[in-house]
Amino acid sequence: MRIEFDFLAVLAQWPLLAKGVAWTLGLTLAATVIGMALGIACAWVRAANMGRRPAWLVWGVGAYVELIRNTPFIVQLFFVFFGLPAAGIKLSPETASIIAMVINLGAYATEILRAGIEATPRGQIEAAHSLALDRLQTFTRVVLPPALAKVWPSLVSQIIIVMLGSAVCGQISTQELSYAANLIQSRNFRAFESFIVATAIYLLLAVTLRRLLNWLGPRFLFGR
Amino acid sequence: MVDFSLWDILRNLLLAARWTVVLSLIAFIGGGVVGLALLVIRIAKVRGTERLVSGYVQLFQGTPLLMQLFLTYFGIALFGIQTSPWTSAALALTLYTSAFLTEIWRGCVASIPRGQWEAAQSLALNFGEQLRHVVLPQALKIAIAPTVGFMVQVIKGTALASVIGFVELTKAGSMISNATLKPFLVYSCVALMYFALCFPVSLYAKSLERKMNADRT
Repeated sequence: MRIEFDFLAVLAQWPLLAKGVAWTLGLTLAATVIGMALGIACAWVRAANMGRRPAWLVWGVGAYVELIRNTPFIVQLFFVFFGLPAAGIKLSPETASIIAMVINLGAYATEILRAGIEATPRGQIEAAHSLALDRLQTFTRVVLPPALAKVWPSLVSQIIIVMLGSAVCGQISTQELSYAANLIQSRNFRAFESFIVATAIYLLLAVTLRRLLNWLGPRFLFGR
Repeated sequence: MVDFSLWDILRNLLLAARWTVVLSLIAFIGGGVVGLALLVIRIAKVRGTERLVSGYVQLFQGTPLLMQLFLTYFGIALFGIQTSPWTSAALALTLYTSAFLTEIWRGCVASIPRGQWEAAQSLALNFGEQLRHVVLPQALKIAIAPTVGFMVQVIKGTALASVIGFVELTKAGSMISNATLKPFLVYSCVALMYFALCFPVSLYAKSLERKMNADRT
């Protein structure tokens, strides 16, 4: 038996693939920016050394983090896209994808950042207070930058996991890379080739994104 | 439309959850065996294998599990073998799990001090004996917590098998939600069932981790 591969039939559809890559990167960018903000806010609530916070808030954030970290992303996505309209919230596939990705990344980023925040030496927080910085200033100027620097490698890994996870968003017809691969194979029946090409592109994206974030973080997020 | 009571929904989901558990176990055990083999190959320092295994790990960690599932699903068919969702899901998840486990365990072995290897060597143990009697028992102690933690990842990963038509919890959820037109309720139940499966494992992993850290200090 001979197996014949025809990768050209897939590569000829490059505009579809390019559009898919653009969507994958766009979704990841949006999810990263909003998800990180959510993660930072929740990590502040969860961290043990950040002063008094209302008990209901601490409990609520804890429940959110555990609920998300212990359910599959695809179920979260289906819940947002199929479940919420029943409750009167109608969303486009793209919005639903971003919301699910944000909620997902937010929960993981919370736990990662919390570890970084809790590693802050007590003396630094006391020093900040003695300089009359208020709680918000202490957090954003003194605690957060070194915490980010400490956990940056874990955060980068998590962002990449979310980027790879976005392949699932094609299942609700968001037109990202895996959706493009599916569309191509439904046109030319070159299923294996088209998924090989898509997988190779994902690998390339993952490697490039890791390099880029490792380079970006120290330069723009937490100085030096 | 068929009339589904809440009990019918729950009962059908629970029946499907069995397959989630079975698939997780297959992936975990299969992945453990393959992962251990890869680990031994890697630390035996046979020329070229180090690169090969790290390439393997990079390949599975750097691509979406969904694509891996599609590739095995269509890939097995290329060899003229009749594919079923069962075989392709089990194969893809086993390979995926093995890549992660071998990487986790490599870290554990690397944390064993060099002196332990050398001491074992000076007792004239050969490589297999060094591994079996000196290094692995110590590495195992460190490895348990992250391995149990990864189990959660595997259970969640099985949800993707629904996409290639494997009827487990998620797929059953979509089917029931299509039949009952109650997606909000059904997906809530599905999520809660995954939570009920994963959360105890997460807690156990966390308590193991805490115990280990307490032992060290």
